[in-house]
Amino acid sequence: MSDEEETQPTDDQKIEIAKWFLLNAPAGEIQYIAKDMKAVLQDETLYTTAAAVAFPLYNKSHMICLDFPDRSGEVMVTPFSEISENEYLDPRTAQVAVVDHVNQVCRRARPANDEELPTPYIEEYRYALDIEVTKYVSEAYPKGICSVYCVNGKDVEEPGLDFELVVVISAARLSPQNFCNGSWRSIWNVEFKDEAQFVEVRGTLQVGAHYFEEGNVQLDAKHECKDSTMLMSPEDCAHSVTTIIRHHETEYLNSLQTSYSKLPDATFKDLRRKLPVTRTLFPWHNTMQFSLRRDIQKSLGLEK
Amino acid sequence: MEAAMGLMRRIPPKHSEAALSALLSLLPHHSADLLSQVDQPLQVLRDVDSGKEFILCEYNRDADSYRSPWSNKYHPPLDDGLYPSQELRKLEVEANNVFMVYCDQYYEGGTSSVYIWENEDEGFIGCFLIKKDGSRTADGRRGYLEEGCWEAIHVIEVVPLEEATARYCLTSSVMLSLTTNDESSGNFNLSGSIRRQMNMDLPIAEGHLCNMGRMIEEMESKLRYSLDQVYFGKTKEMICTLRPPSEPVQTRLLEHISKRLS
Repeated sequence: MSDEEETQPTDDQKIEIAKWFLLNAPAGEIQYIAKDMKAVLQDETLYTTAAAVAFPLYNKSHMICLDFPDRSGEVMVTPFSEISENEYLDPRTAQVAVVDHVNQVCRRARPANDEELPTPYIEEYRYALDIEVTKYVSEAYPKGICSVYCVNGKDVEEPGLDFELVVVISAARLSPQNFCNGSWRSIWNVEFKDEAQFVEVRGTLQVGAHYFEEGNVQLDAKHECKDSTMLMSPEDCAHSVTTIIRHHETEYLNSLQTSYSKLPDATFKDLRRKLPVTRTLFPWHNTMQFSLRRDIQKSLGLEK
Repeated sequence: MEAAMGLMRRIPPKHSEAALSALLSLLPHHSADLLSQVDQPLQVLRDVDSGKEFILCEYNRDADSYRSPWSNKYHPPLDDGLYPSQELRKLEVEANNVFMVYCDQYYEGGTSSVYIWENEDEGFIGCFLIKKDGSRTADGRRGYLEEGCWEAIHVIEVVPLEEATARYCLTSSVMLSLTTNDESSGNFNLSGSIRRQMNMDLPIAEGHLCNMGRMIEEMESKLRYSLDQVYFGKTKEMICTLRPPSEPVQTRLLEHISKRLS
């Protein structure tokens, strides 16, 4: 593979490669990958083309949070808050942020149009849920951000039709000086089913961590869960749904803790023991005996 | 090149093969450096004579063929491949036999291979490799891992010094990947690699194999401990920093239970 003359990849192929590296950057590291990618590509135009496609996808997937220029609040860049490729809605302040994806900043903000916002009926539910979730997130996460969006049925004006809200929670801990970064993302789809008078809640929780002091170690954990509650008043629904979210997220964290306490012993032993069964270091100086007694040693070593 | 290594340090380890491939196509003139500095998952072939598996790496490769440490033959056959000298081949054979037992004792299964070849100034380089598949479908006795793999590459450069001693420079990498999948904790994957170096000057009274073996054993123990700390310790710490376990809830629950019991 390496010694022969390689045909250079085409421009399109180079762009695809750059896009792939950018998209696979761990949380909070895309700018570092960007710098390295530029150096490897040695072609500003190709890089810019790749970045223009990769950054929006990355930002939405990691649900990055940007400040409004006038510090009136924050906007989360997510698939659910997207109005157009560069515009993202913040329902809390009813503003739309115009975003520069590649530099990961909000350039300016404008008030949201009526068509971009949900109806007052929907807003009651969204607002109530937002209050409860914000309270929960501020208690549970030292540095968490959250938002609630209407993704379906935002024009529903009164009871009789189904609608769907989405709760997103994101927390990132970036410590590049300690060679360690991590992120937590949860997405909760809350479907309000009018006919059955029923609210179905589906959650996807994703945790990631990256440690890179003497190497490159990454954790990637994902969990999905489901629950439901009765369709009630906006405040009661909000309370009930938030309780469900709190319960499942706490449960997941607890089971991660349990995994962590079991894993080192159970799994490491399946990979490499701390010491041989003999409980002594390997007798390297006695290599002669192995040529003669190798089979006996082998069966001793294989006993549990 | 530094930028390329930077990228390899950040890309998720499970994508490292694809990443290396991409970098090799973008930087063909750096391919020798990339291939020697970036650790890749180890592959194995079966020796045609003995049926035993051997591990493939840059150090037993010539063109597109790989030399088996058991039969000393190239797979697929090669007309004028490179072979170690008779003396080194003898050492290589002994090393493979002994290392195989070491591997059994620590890994309870797994595949090992050792390759030795000449270096300048009467020195030589040895490469000791281990591949262990600990998933429940392979050699994982306790059956906890959906997928689990430990791969170690130890490259040790030996330079004879005066007065019957030699200098040993060891560079070791361990690549580790584990995945568990169950109802309550969903899909959990930890992957990565750690690399370390160790240099020692030792008397050669007991032979090179003894010295190299002891260094490798010590290094593996240190790496195993480090991996334990990093893989589990650091990532767990990160999760708890992101979302601290809700102790207030636990203490309230305990109070509630103790009140009901009294």
